[in-house]
Amino acid sequence: MASADELTFHEFEEATNLLAETPDAATTSRSDQLTPQGHVAVAVGSGGSYGAEDEVEEESDKAALLQEKQQQQQPGFWTFSYYQSFFDVDTSQVLDRIKGSLLPRPGHNFVRHHLRNRPDLYGPFWICATLAFVLAVTGNLTLVLAQRRDPSIHYSPQFHKVTVAGISIYCYAWLVPLALWGFLRWRKGVQERMGPYTFLETVCIYGYSLFVFIPMVVLWLIPVPWLQWIFGALALGLSAAGLVFTLWPVVREDTRLVATALLSVVVLLHALLAMGCKLYFFQSLPPENMAPPPQITSLPSNIALSPTLPQSMAPS
Amino acid sequence: MAEAEESPGDPGTASPRPLFAGLSDISISQDIPVEGEITIPMRSRIREFDSSTLNESVRNTIMRDLKAVGKKFMHVLYPRKSNTLLRDWDLWGPLILCVTLALMLQRDSADSEKDGGPQFAEVFVIVWFGAVTITLNSKLLGGNISFFQSLCVLGYCILPLTVAMLICRLVLLADPGPVNFMVRLFVVIVMFAWSIVASTAFLADSQPPNRRALAVYPVFLFYFVISWMILTFTPQ
Repeated sequence: MASADELTFHEFEEATNLLAETPDAATTSRSDQLTPQGHVAVAVGSGGSYGAEDEVEEESDKAALLQEKQQQQQPGFWTFSYYQSFFDVDTSQVLDRIKGSLLPRPGHNFVRHHLRNRPDLYGPFWICATLAFVLAVTGNLTLVLAQRRDPSIHYSPQFHKVTVAGISIYCYAWLVPLALWGFLRWRKGVQERMGPYTFLETVCIYGYSLFVFIPMVVLWLIPVPWLQWIFGALALGLSAAGLVFTLWPVVREDTRLVATALLSVVVLLHALLAMGCKLYFFQSLPPENMAPPPQITSLPSNIALSPTLPQSMAPS
Repeated sequence: MAEAEESPGDPGTASPRPLFAGLSDISISQDIPVEGEITIPMRSRIREFDSSTLNESVRNTIMRDLKAVGKKFMHVLYPRKSNTLLRDWDLWGPLILCVTLALMLQRDSADSEKDGGPQFAEVFVIVWFGAVTITLNSKLLGGNISFFQSLCVLGYCILPLTVAMLICRLVLLADPGPVNFMVRLFVVIVMFAWSIVASTAFLADSQPPNRRALAVYPVFLFYFVISWMILTFTPQ
């Protein structure tokens, strides 16, 4: 024990000596030129000083992370490196965040345990893009499969689904977090004890929570309506649970009415998104495609088409 | 003559440069490059004048550019670890490929807007906007590749998919059926894999190893969407 204390003490002394010896001007100019070097120096300094004062490891960890975050936001708004700080993630980090969004646990805060004060925009952006394209592709594939079962359905590629899916997914993943963030900021003004998430963190929570829908949409290719609904409910449950568990520590301090209303609105919007996807992209026979055949083809195909009508009603 | 007078001064100013830079004095370190830049543009202009393209015939100029584009096509079709595609980039090849692809994807009858494949403008926007997004993404992740180099590689690597589109149009002339679809599926999958392999061979080295997957995934998505557009194309 004593030897360990001595060791740390010596280390500090060395560090202070080093600091005293090196002129201040030189170090600051160097850190301006080379950001990584300055970054490392600050992290070591803050870790040491907080470790000496605070016994709790988590506190110092948090403080160091905060310091790190302040360091990161140094570059100006119009510089490229400012935006690079939003994409400062590794493959393992992104995979860890996706795993965290897939397996929500009560009391396991996504922001605290996975983002750790470093929200990224890579995940939200590419998860949204993937979801939009997967929605459009599988929406088309269901039509192809329906045509395979029932040759009377005329299939033609529906490219407009890409546009619709892209616009709706991106709007949901950016506008809802914006509204949520604004609301929480307003509530913070009312109730001072609340510490809301930043806008980027909110976007990150929503972006990663949409990941569950990608496998769900692929599984919706199975043309069994009750199975589709089960998969939909499962994915929605997982995603909404992740959102609620993450938002709960923030809204807990607020009044019970506001907290309940906010969480139910969040879950309701999420359910609306899933329902919208299901009803718009996965109708087994959209009405647009039923209209043209009677004009082109003769009467027999028109009769053959009528038995498919109940099928289209069944899942929706 | 002017260069002859200035060039002896050049080594004289060049030698104290590291000495002043060591002092990190702003006023001096700013002075030196100004003096250096006076001589350098003159020399480069003189050197350029020797190999000027002004005197050669138009045919030579066009043939040289076409040869460069053709050489890059060969590099895509037979991807090796070589940086010809990266060193002298051009956007002629991507433009040709993109326009060809969009023209072939255009359906004969533009009946209703809601019920049809992608229009010319949509293909054009997907290809260019997608390539720009992927490039920005790889730059933001910290890749050491220039913006247009990446655009050039992504554009040239559409070549296998354009070939797939050509084959699909030829196959579609035959009678439709499951065999027809299977042939098209096979062709598109092979060409899709080819595009991915070619583009990653050129682009993957620009990223640090722990971020390579993050940079390659958007490329995969990009070519996947283009392949899907090709596969679902039906002329009517």
